[in-house]
Amino acid sequence: MTALLLRDLKLSVRAGGGALIGVLFFMTVVAVIPFGVGPDLNLLSRIGPAIVWIGALLSALLGLDRMFQTDREDGSLDLILMQEHPLVLTVLIKCLAHWLGNGLPLVIASPLLGLFMNMSEVAIGATMLTLLVGTPALTFIGAVGAAVAVALPRGGLLVSILVLPLAIPVLIFGVSASYAAVEDPAPFMPPFLILVAITMFFAVIGPIGAALALRNTAD
Amino acid sequence: MPESLAITKFSDLANPTRFLGLAARILPWMAGMTAILFAIGLYLTFASDGDYQQGMTVRIMYVHVPSAWLSMMCYSVMAVSAIGTLVWRHPLADVSHKTAAPLGAAFTLIALATGSLWGKPMWGTWWVWDARLTSVFVLFLMYLGLIALTRAMDDPGKAARVSAVLILVGFVNIPIIKFSVDWWNTLHQPASVIRLDGPTIDKEFLWPLLVMAIAFTLLFFTLHIAAMRNEIWRRRVSAQRRMAARMAGQPSAKEA
Repeated sequence: MTALLLRDLKLSVRAGGGALIGVLFFMTVVAVIPFGVGPDLNLLSRIGPAIVWIGALLSALLGLDRMFQTDREDGSLDLILMQEHPLVLTVLIKCLAHWLGNGLPLVIASPLLGLFMNMSEVAIGATMLTLLVGTPALTFIGAVGAAVAVALPRGGLLVSILVLPLAIPVLIFGVSASYAAVEDPAPFMPPFLILVAITMFFAVIGPIGAALALRNTAD
Repeated sequence: MPESLAITKFSDLANPTRFLGLAARILPWMAGMTAILFAIGLYLTFASDGDYQQGMTVRIMYVHVPSAWLSMMCYSVMAVSAIGTLVWRHPLADVSHKTAAPLGAAFTLIALATGSLWGKPMWGTWWVWDARLTSVFVLFLMYLGLIALTRAMDDPGKAARVSAVLILVGFVNIPIIKFSVDWWNTLHQPASVIRLDGPTIDKEFLWPLLVMAIAFTLLFFTLHIAAMRNEIWRRRVSAQRRMAARMAGQPSAKEA
Protein backbone atom coordinates (compact mmCIF):
# COMPACT_ATOMS: atom_id res chain seq x y z
CA MET A 1 0.00 0.00 0.00
CA THR A 2 2.82 2.39 0.91
CA ALA A 3 4.63 1.24 -2.21
CA LEU A 4 1.58 2.10 -4.30
CA LEU A 5 1.31 5.49 -2.62
CA LEU A 6 4.96 6.28 -3.29
CA ARG A 7 4.78 5.00 -6.85
CA ASP A 8 1.75 7.14 -7.70
CA LEU A 9 3.31 10.15 -6.02
CA LYS A 10 6.53 9.78 -7.98
CA LEU A 11 4.62 9.34 -11.22
CA SER A 12 2.58 12.47 -10.62
CA VAL A 13 5.54 14.65 -9.67
CA ARG A 14 7.87 13.60 -12.47
CA ALA A 15 7.75 15.08 -15.94
CA GLY A 16 4.50 14.43 -17.74
CA GLY A 17 2.73 13.69 -14.47
CA GLY A 18 0.64 16.81 -14.69
CA ALA A 19 0.87 17.89 -11.04
CA LEU A 20 2.77 21.08 -11.81
CA ILE A 21 0.66 21.71 -14.88
CA GLY A 22 -2.36 21.78 -12.56
CA VAL A 23 -0.81 24.51 -10.40
CA LEU A 24 0.20 26.44 -13.51
CA PHE A 25 -3.36 26.20 -14.83
CA PHE A 26 -4.68 27.37 -11.44
CA MET A 27 -2.46 30.47 -11.55
CA THR A 28 -3.39 31.17 -15.16
CA VAL A 29 -7.12 30.98 -14.45
CA VAL A 30 -6.82 33.33 -11.50
CA ALA A 31 -4.54 35.67 -13.44
CA VAL A 32 -7.06 35.92 -16.26
CA ILE A 33 -9.86 37.13 -13.94
CA PRO A 34 -8.52 40.71 -13.45
CA PHE A 35 -8.39 41.08 -17.22
CA GLY A 36 -12.05 40.08 -17.38
CA VAL A 37 -13.49 42.13 -14.52
CA GLY A 38 -10.98 44.98 -14.54
CA PRO A 39 -8.15 45.71 -12.07
CA ASP A 40 -10.35 47.27 -9.38
CA LEU A 41 -8.67 46.14 -6.14
CA ASN A 42 -11.76 46.53 -3.97
CA LEU A 43 -13.85 44.40 -6.30
CA LEU A 44 -11.06 41.82 -6.56
CA SER A 45 -10.70 41.53 -2.80
CA ARG A 46 -14.46 41.03 -2.52
CA ILE A 47 -14.70 38.26 -5.11
CA GLY A 48 -11.23 36.87 -4.30
CA PRO A 49 -12.18 33.78 -2.25
CA ALA A 50 -14.74 32.73 -4.85
CA ILE A 51 -12.26 33.15 -7.70
CA VAL A 52 -9.57 31.17 -5.92
CA TRP A 53 -12.06 28.40 -5.17
CA ILE A 54 -13.35 28.22 -8.75
CA GLY A 55 -9.79 28.17 -10.05
CA ALA A 56 -8.92 25.33 -7.68
CA LEU A 57 -12.04 23.41 -8.69
CA LEU A 58 -11.23 23.72 -12.40
CA SER A 59 -7.61 22.71 -11.97
CA ALA A 60 -8.60 19.77 -9.78
CA LEU A 61 -10.79 18.56 -12.65
CA LEU A 62 -7.88 18.90 -15.07
CA GLY A 63 -5.85 15.96 -13.81
CA LEU A 64 -8.72 13.65 -12.96
CA ASP A 65 -9.08 11.66 -16.16
CA ARG A 66 -5.48 10.44 -15.87
CA MET A 67 -6.13 8.92 -12.45
CA PHE A 68 -6.82 5.40 -13.69
CA GLN A 69 -6.20 5.81 -17.40
CA THR A 70 -2.39 5.64 -17.24
CA ASP A 71 -2.70 2.47 -15.19
CA ARG A 72 -5.03 1.02 -17.74
CA GLU A 73 -2.71 1.86 -20.60
CA ASP A 74 0.35 0.14 -19.11
CA GLY A 75 -1.65 -2.78 -17.77
CA SER A 76 -1.11 -2.19 -14.07
CA LEU A 77 -4.84 -1.65 -13.57
CA ASP A 78 -5.41 -5.34 -14.33
CA LEU A 79 -2.81 -6.27 -11.71
CA ILE A 80 -4.47 -3.97 -9.19
CA LEU A 81 -7.83 -5.59 -9.89
CA MET A 82 -6.40 -9.08 -9.48
CA GLN A 83 -4.61 -8.61 -6.18
CA GLU A 84 -6.08 -9.78 -2.90
CA HIS A 85 -6.28 -6.46 -1.11
CA PRO A 86 -9.78 -5.02 -1.10
CA LEU A 87 -10.08 -2.86 -4.20
CA VAL A 88 -11.78 -0.10 -2.18
CA LEU A 89 -8.62 0.35 -0.09
CA THR A 90 -6.42 0.43 -3.17
CA VAL A 91 -8.64 3.09 -4.71
CA LEU A 92 -8.53 5.07 -1.47
CA ILE A 93 -4.73 4.98 -1.53
CA LYS A 94 -4.70 6.05 -5.16
CA CYS A 95 -7.02 8.94 -4.27
CA LEU A 96 -4.71 10.01 -1.47
CA ALA A 97 -1.70 9.88 -3.77
CA HIS A 98 -3.61 11.84 -6.40
CA TRP A 99 -4.57 14.45 -3.84
CA LEU A 100 -1.01 14.74 -2.51
CA GLY A 101 0.27 15.14 -6.06
CA ASN A 102 -2.44 17.40 -7.49
CA GLY A 103 -4.57 18.83 -4.69
CA LEU A 104 -1.99 19.79 -2.10
CA PRO A 105 0.08 21.95 -4.53
CA LEU A 106 -3.09 23.93 -5.24
CA VAL A 107 -3.60 24.54 -1.52
CA ILE A 108 0.03 25.64 -1.14
CA ALA A 109 -0.22 27.96 -4.13
CA SER A 110 -3.45 29.60 -2.96
CA PRO A 111 -1.94 32.19 -0.52
CA LEU A 112 0.14 33.67 -3.31
CA LEU A 113 -2.92 34.01 -5.48
CA GLY A 114 -4.77 35.48 -2.51
CA LEU A 115 -2.14 38.24 -2.42
CA PHE A 116 -2.70 38.88 -6.12
CA MET A 117 -6.41 39.24 -5.45
CA ASN A 118 -5.76 41.80 -2.67
CA MET A 119 -7.41 39.62 -0.03
CA SER A 120 -6.87 40.27 3.68
CA GLU A 121 -4.72 37.92 5.76
CA VAL A 122 -7.75 36.41 7.46
CA ALA A 123 -9.43 35.75 4.12
CA ILE A 124 -6.27 34.15 2.73
CA GLY A 125 -5.96 31.92 5.78
CA ALA A 126 -9.61 30.92 5.66
CA THR A 127 -9.50 30.20 1.93
CA MET A 128 -6.39 28.07 2.37
CA LEU A 129 -7.96 26.17 5.25
CA THR A 130 -11.19 25.50 3.37
CA LEU A 131 -9.23 24.42 0.31
CA LEU A 132 -7.17 22.06 2.46
CA VAL A 133 -10.35 20.47 3.78
CA GLY A 134 -12.40 20.69 0.57
CA THR A 135 -10.06 19.54 -2.20
CA PRO A 136 -9.92 15.90 -0.96
CA ALA A 137 -13.69 15.77 -1.54
CA LEU A 138 -13.10 16.88 -5.14
CA THR A 139 -10.58 14.07 -5.57
CA PHE A 140 -12.94 11.46 -4.11
CA ILE A 141 -15.85 12.58 -6.29
CA GLY A 142 -13.51 12.73 -9.25
CA ALA A 143 -12.35 9.17 -8.64
CA VAL A 144 -15.87 7.94 -9.45
CA GLY A 145 -15.96 9.97 -12.65
CA ALA A 146 -12.46 8.84 -13.63
CA ALA A 147 -13.31 5.19 -12.98
CA VAL A 148 -16.54 5.45 -14.94
CA ALA A 149 -14.87 6.97 -17.97
CA VAL A 150 -11.67 4.91 -17.81
CA ALA A 151 -12.53 2.81 -20.84
CA LEU A 152 -13.37 5.76 -23.06
CA PRO A 153 -10.64 6.91 -25.42
CA ARG A 154 -11.38 10.59 -24.93
CA GLY A 155 -13.06 10.67 -21.56
CA GLY A 156 -11.44 13.83 -20.17
CA LEU A 157 -14.20 16.28 -21.00
CA LEU A 158 -16.90 13.80 -20.06
CA VAL A 159 -15.31 13.29 -16.63
CA SER A 160 -15.50 17.02 -15.99
CA ILE A 161 -19.15 17.16 -17.01
CA LEU A 162 -20.04 14.20 -14.81
CA VAL A 163 -18.08 15.41 -11.80
CA LEU A 164 -18.94 19.12 -11.75
CA PRO A 165 -22.60 18.78 -10.67
CA LEU A 166 -21.57 16.64 -7.70
CA ALA A 167 -18.80 19.07 -6.78
CA ILE A 168 -21.15 22.05 -6.45
CA PRO A 169 -21.93 21.49 -2.72
CA VAL A 170 -18.19 21.50 -1.97
CA LEU A 171 -17.84 24.81 -3.79
CA ILE A 172 -20.86 26.33 -2.05
CA PHE A 173 -19.72 25.52 1.47
CA GLY A 174 -16.06 26.20 0.77
CA VAL A 175 -16.80 29.68 -0.51
CA SER A 176 -19.39 30.46 2.16
CA ALA A 177 -16.97 29.43 4.92
CA SER A 178 -14.25 31.62 3.40
CA TYR A 179 -16.62 34.59 3.30
CA ALA A 180 -17.91 33.90 6.79
CA ALA A 181 -14.38 34.29 8.15
CA VAL A 182 -14.17 37.82 6.76
CA GLU A 183 -17.68 39.16 7.20
CA ASP A 184 -18.60 39.50 10.83
CA PRO A 185 -22.24 38.50 11.30
CA ALA A 186 -21.94 35.09 9.64
CA PRO A 187 -20.27 32.44 11.83
CA PHE A 188 -17.35 30.54 10.32
CA MET A 189 -17.79 27.17 11.95
CA PRO A 190 -21.15 25.86 10.58
CA PRO A 191 -20.27 26.00 6.86
CA PHE A 192 -16.75 24.81 7.65
CA LEU A 193 -18.04 21.79 9.59
CA ILE A 194 -20.48 20.98 6.79
CA LEU A 195 -17.55 21.09 4.38
CA VAL A 196 -15.67 18.62 6.61
CA ALA A 197 -18.76 16.42 6.67
CA ILE A 198 -19.04 16.50 2.87
CA THR A 199 -15.40 15.48 2.54
CA MET A 200 -15.82 12.58 4.95
CA PHE A 201 -19.03 11.49 3.24
CA PHE A 202 -17.39 11.39 -0.17
CA ALA A 203 -14.30 9.71 1.32
CA VAL A 204 -16.61 6.76 1.94
CA ILE A 205 -18.85 6.97 -1.13
CA GLY A 206 -16.14 7.86 -3.66
CA PRO A 207 -13.80 4.86 -3.33
CA ILE A 208 -16.75 2.43 -3.09
CA GLY A 209 -18.31 3.82 -6.26
CA ALA A 210 -14.99 3.98 -8.09
CA ALA A 211 -14.11 0.39 -7.14
CA LEU A 212 -17.53 -0.80 -8.30
CA ALA A 213 -17.13 1.01 -11.62
CA LEU A 214 -13.59 -0.30 -12.15
CA ARG A 215 -14.73 -3.88 -11.57
CA ASN A 216 -17.50 -3.43 -14.10
CA THR A 217 -15.44 -1.84 -16.84
CA ALA A 218 -12.65 -4.38 -16.52
CA ASP A 219 -14.44 -7.46 -17.88
CA MET B 1 -45.54 -18.33 -0.09
CA PRO B 2 -46.68 -14.96 -1.38
CA GLU B 3 -43.12 -13.64 -1.23
CA SER B 4 -41.68 -16.32 -3.49
CA LEU B 5 -44.63 -15.80 -5.82
CA ALA B 6 -43.72 -12.11 -6.08
CA ILE B 7 -40.10 -13.04 -6.82
CA THR B 8 -41.19 -15.47 -9.54
CA LYS B 9 -43.40 -12.80 -11.08
CA PHE B 10 -40.52 -10.36 -10.96
CA SER B 11 -38.00 -12.72 -12.52
CA ASP B 12 -40.59 -13.73 -15.14
CA LEU B 13 -40.35 -10.14 -16.33
CA ALA B 14 -36.63 -10.64 -16.85
CA ASN B 15 -37.56 -12.44 -20.05
CA PRO B 16 -37.79 -9.65 -22.63
CA THR B 17 -40.38 -11.53 -24.68
CA ARG B 18 -42.71 -11.76 -21.69
CA PHE B 19 -42.12 -8.09 -21.03
CA LEU B 20 -42.97 -7.25 -24.64
CA GLY B 21 -46.18 -9.25 -24.35
CA LEU B 22 -47.16 -7.46 -21.16
CA ALA B 23 -46.25 -4.10 -22.67
CA ALA B 24 -48.38 -4.77 -25.74
CA ARG B 25 -51.32 -5.63 -23.50
CA ILE B 26 -51.19 -2.72 -21.05
CA LEU B 27 -49.83 0.10 -23.21
CA PRO B 28 -53.14 0.95 -24.98
CA TRP B 29 -54.94 1.03 -21.62
CA MET B 30 -52.32 3.23 -20.05
CA ALA B 31 -52.26 5.59 -23.02
CA GLY B 32 -56.06 5.81 -22.92
CA MET B 33 -56.11 6.50 -19.18
CA THR B 34 -53.47 9.17 -19.61
CA ALA B 35 -55.50 10.90 -22.32
CA ILE B 36 -58.70 10.80 -20.23
CA LEU B 37 -56.96 12.10 -17.11
CA PHE B 38 -55.31 14.88 -19.07
CA ALA B 39 -58.69 15.85 -20.52
CA ILE B 40 -60.25 15.98 -17.03
CA GLY B 41 -57.26 17.73 -15.53
CA LEU B 42 -57.07 20.38 -18.24
CA TYR B 43 -60.83 20.97 -18.01
CA LEU B 44 -60.59 21.44 -14.24
CA THR B 45 -57.60 23.69 -14.72
CA PHE B 46 -59.38 26.04 -17.07
CA ALA B 47 -62.73 25.84 -15.27
CA SER B 48 -61.23 27.00 -11.97
CA ASP B 49 -61.02 30.68 -11.21
CA GLY B 50 -57.65 32.30 -11.06
CA ASP B 51 -56.00 33.07 -7.76
CA TYR B 52 -56.98 36.45 -6.27
CA GLN B 53 -53.34 37.50 -6.28
CA GLN B 54 -51.77 35.62 -9.13
CA GLY B 55 -54.65 35.76 -11.60
CA MET B 56 -54.32 33.57 -14.66
CA THR B 57 -50.69 32.70 -14.09
CA VAL B 58 -51.60 30.29 -11.31
CA ARG B 59 -52.51 27.82 -14.05
CA ILE B 60 -48.84 27.39 -14.84
CA MET B 61 -48.68 25.55 -11.53
CA TYR B 62 -50.70 22.62 -12.90
CA VAL B 63 -47.91 21.88 -15.36
CA HIS B 64 -44.97 23.08 -13.33
CA VAL B 65 -45.55 21.18 -10.09
CA PRO B 66 -46.30 17.72 -11.60
CA SER B 67 -43.31 17.86 -13.92
CA ALA B 68 -41.07 18.93 -11.07
CA TRP B 69 -42.33 15.99 -9.02
CA LEU B 70 -41.74 13.70 -11.96
CA SER B 71 -38.23 14.94 -12.54
CA MET B 72 -37.38 13.63 -9.07
CA MET B 73 -39.47 10.48 -9.34
CA CYS B 74 -37.79 9.60 -12.62
CA TYR B 75 -34.40 9.80 -10.98
CA SER B 76 -35.66 7.55 -8.18
CA VAL B 77 -36.92 5.03 -10.76
CA MET B 78 -33.48 5.16 -12.36
CA ALA B 79 -31.79 4.61 -8.99
CA VAL B 80 -33.96 1.57 -8.29
CA SER B 81 -33.17 0.22 -11.76
CA ALA B 82 -29.49 0.90 -11.14
CA ILE B 83 -29.65 -1.25 -8.01
CA GLY B 84 -31.40 -3.88 -10.14
CA THR B 85 -28.57 -3.74 -12.65
CA LEU B 86 -25.77 -3.97 -10.13
CA VAL B 87 -27.26 -6.38 -7.60
CA TRP B 88 -29.50 -8.75 -9.53
CA ARG B 89 -28.13 -8.19 -13.04
CA HIS B 90 -31.77 -7.91 -14.07
CA PRO B 91 -31.63 -7.60 -17.87
CA LEU B 92 -34.55 -5.19 -18.06
CA ALA B 93 -33.11 -2.91 -15.39
CA ASP B 94 -30.40 -1.51 -17.64
CA VAL B 95 -32.94 -0.99 -20.41
CA SER B 96 -35.09 0.78 -17.83
CA HIS B 97 -32.55 3.31 -16.58
CA LYS B 98 -31.14 3.93 -20.03
CA THR B 99 -34.55 4.89 -21.41
CA ALA B 100 -35.61 6.82 -18.31
CA ALA B 101 -32.77 9.33 -18.57
CA PRO B 102 -34.05 11.27 -21.64
CA LEU B 103 -37.57 11.29 -20.14
CA GLY B 104 -36.23 12.66 -16.88
CA ALA B 105 -34.27 15.31 -18.73
CA ALA B 106 -37.42 16.31 -20.64
CA PHE B 107 -39.56 16.62 -17.50
CA THR B 108 -36.83 18.57 -15.73
CA LEU B 109 -36.59 20.92 -18.70
CA ILE B 110 -40.38 21.42 -18.64
CA ALA B 111 -40.24 22.15 -14.91
CA LEU B 112 -37.43 24.66 -15.38
CA ALA B 113 -39.03 26.35 -18.38
CA THR B 114 -42.50 26.67 -16.85
CA GLY B 115 -40.98 27.78 -13.56
CA SER B 116 -39.08 30.46 -15.42
CA LEU B 117 -42.25 31.60 -17.24
CA TRP B 118 -44.07 31.71 -13.92
CA GLY B 119 -41.21 33.50 -12.21
CA LYS B 120 -41.21 36.42 -14.63
CA PRO B 121 -44.68 37.77 -13.68
CA MET B 122 -44.53 36.65 -10.02
CA TRP B 123 -40.97 37.31 -8.89
CA GLY B 124 -40.13 39.80 -11.64
CA THR B 125 -37.23 37.78 -12.98
CA TRP B 126 -36.70 34.79 -15.23
CA TRP B 127 -34.09 33.15 -13.07
CA VAL B 128 -32.65 33.46 -9.58
CA TRP B 129 -29.82 31.41 -8.12
CA ASP B 130 -32.08 30.10 -5.42
CA ALA B 131 -31.36 26.75 -3.74
CA ARG B 132 -34.29 24.92 -5.29
CA LEU B 133 -33.72 26.28 -8.78
CA THR B 134 -30.02 25.62 -8.66
CA SER B 135 -30.35 22.05 -7.44
CA VAL B 136 -32.96 21.25 -10.10
CA PHE B 137 -30.65 22.75 -12.71
CA VAL B 138 -27.90 20.48 -11.39
CA LEU B 139 -30.30 17.55 -11.75
CA PHE B 140 -30.84 18.54 -15.38
CA LEU B 141 -27.08 18.61 -15.97
CA MET B 142 -26.76 15.19 -14.36
CA TYR B 143 -29.39 13.72 -16.66
CA LEU B 144 -27.53 15.12 -19.68
CA GLY B 145 -24.21 13.80 -18.39
CA LEU B 146 -25.70 10.33 -17.91
CA ILE B 147 -27.15 10.37 -21.43
CA ALA B 148 -23.74 11.40 -22.80
CA LEU B 149 -22.01 8.64 -20.84
CA THR B 150 -24.41 5.94 -22.03
CA ARG B 151 -24.10 7.08 -25.64
CA ALA B 152 -20.31 7.18 -25.45
CA MET B 153 -19.87 3.43 -24.90
CA ASP B 154 -20.32 0.73 -27.53
CA ASP B 155 -21.14 -2.20 -25.29
CA PRO B 156 -24.66 -1.68 -23.87
CA GLY B 157 -24.09 -4.01 -20.92
CA LYS B 158 -20.96 -2.27 -19.78
CA ALA B 159 -22.48 1.17 -20.36
CA ALA B 160 -25.45 0.19 -18.22
CA ARG B 161 -23.36 -1.02 -15.28
CA VAL B 162 -21.06 1.97 -15.35
CA SER B 163 -23.86 4.51 -15.54
CA ALA B 164 -25.68 2.61 -12.77
CA VAL B 165 -22.76 3.40 -10.45
CA LEU B 166 -22.95 7.05 -11.38
CA ILE B 167 -26.74 7.16 -10.94
CA LEU B 168 -26.41 5.82 -7.41
CA VAL B 169 -23.68 8.31 -6.52
CA GLY B 170 -25.75 11.15 -7.99
CA PHE B 171 -28.76 10.14 -5.94
CA VAL B 172 -27.45 12.34 -3.10
CA ASN B 173 -28.87 15.29 -5.04
CA ILE B 174 -32.49 14.12 -4.68
CA PRO B 175 -32.85 14.75 -0.92
CA ILE B 176 -31.01 18.04 -1.42
CA ILE B 177 -33.64 19.14 -3.95
CA LYS B 178 -36.51 17.95 -1.79
CA PHE B 179 -35.37 19.72 1.37
CA SER B 180 -33.59 22.68 -0.22
CA VAL B 181 -36.60 24.91 0.40
CA ASP B 182 -36.62 24.00 4.08
CA TRP B 183 -32.87 24.21 4.66
CA TRP B 184 -32.24 27.47 2.85
CA ASN B 185 -35.01 29.97 3.29
CA THR B 186 -35.07 31.52 -0.16
CA LEU B 187 -37.39 32.76 -2.85
CA HIS B 188 -38.97 29.46 -3.87
CA GLN B 189 -41.87 28.63 -1.58
CA PRO B 190 -41.71 25.55 0.70
CA ALA B 191 -43.74 22.41 0.06
CA SER B 192 -47.48 23.03 0.35
CA VAL B 193 -49.03 19.71 -0.73
CA ILE B 194 -46.95 16.86 0.70
CA ARG B 195 -46.40 17.73 4.34
CA LEU B 196 -47.06 16.16 7.70
CA ASP B 197 -49.88 18.46 8.82
CA GLY B 198 -51.85 18.07 5.58
CA PRO B 199 -51.84 20.24 2.49
CA THR B 200 -52.00 23.99 3.04
CA ILE B 201 -53.15 24.63 -0.50
CA ASP B 202 -56.84 25.43 -1.08
CA LYS B 203 -59.13 22.59 -2.23
CA GLU B 204 -60.02 24.52 -5.33
CA PHE B 205 -56.41 24.27 -6.49
CA LEU B 206 -55.63 20.91 -4.91
CA TRP B 207 -58.03 18.78 -6.95
CA PRO B 208 -56.94 19.84 -10.44
CA LEU B 209 -53.34 19.63 -9.27
CA LEU B 210 -53.75 16.05 -8.06
CA VAL B 211 -55.52 14.98 -11.25
CA MET B 212 -52.79 16.56 -13.32
CA ALA B 213 -50.12 14.91 -11.17
CA ILE B 214 -51.64 11.47 -11.71
CA ALA B 215 -52.00 12.21 -15.42
CA PHE B 216 -48.34 13.23 -15.65
CA THR B 217 -47.25 10.13 -13.72
CA LEU B 218 -49.23 7.88 -16.04
CA LEU B 219 -47.77 9.73 -19.01
CA PHE B 220 -44.29 9.04 -17.68
CA PHE B 221 -44.95 5.33 -17.21
CA THR B 222 -46.59 5.03 -20.64
CA LEU B 223 -43.65 6.71 -22.33
CA HIS B 224 -41.18 4.75 -20.25
CA ILE B 225 -42.66 1.36 -21.07
CA ALA B 226 -42.94 2.31 -24.75
CA ALA B 227 -39.32 3.47 -24.75
CA MET B 228 -38.21 0.25 -23.05
CA ARG B 229 -40.06 -1.74 -25.69
CA ASN B 230 -38.38 0.27 -28.44
CA GLU B 231 -34.99 -0.24 -26.83
CA ILE B 232 -35.49 -4.02 -26.68
CA TRP B 233 -36.56 -4.04 -30.32
CA ARG B 234 -33.56 -1.88 -31.24
CA ARG B 235 -31.20 -4.31 -29.54
CA ARG B 236 -32.82 -7.26 -31.30
CA VAL B 237 -32.57 -5.54 -34.69
CA SER B 238 -28.90 -4.77 -34.17
CA ALA B 239 -28.26 -8.34 -32.98
CA GLN B 240 -29.99 -9.71 -36.08
CA ARG B 241 -28.07 -7.33 -38.32
CA ARG B 242 -24.84 -8.53 -36.80
CA MET B 243 -25.89 -12.11 -37.37
CA ALA B 244 -26.89 -11.37 -40.95
CA ALA B 245 -23.54 -9.71 -41.57
CA ARG B 246 -21.79 -12.77 -40.18
CA MET B 247 -23.84 -15.07 -42.42
CA ALA B 248 -23.14 -12.92 -45.47
CA GLY B 249 -19.43 -13.20 -44.74
CA GLN B 250 -19.55 -16.96 -45.13
CA PRO B 251 -19.50 -18.14 -48.77
CA SER B 252 -21.56 -21.28 -47.99
CA ALA B 253 -24.85 -19.37 -47.87
CA LYS B 254 -27.84 -20.25 -50.06
CA GLU B 255 -26.61 -18.53 -53.18
CA ALA B 256 -23.28 -20.31 -53.28
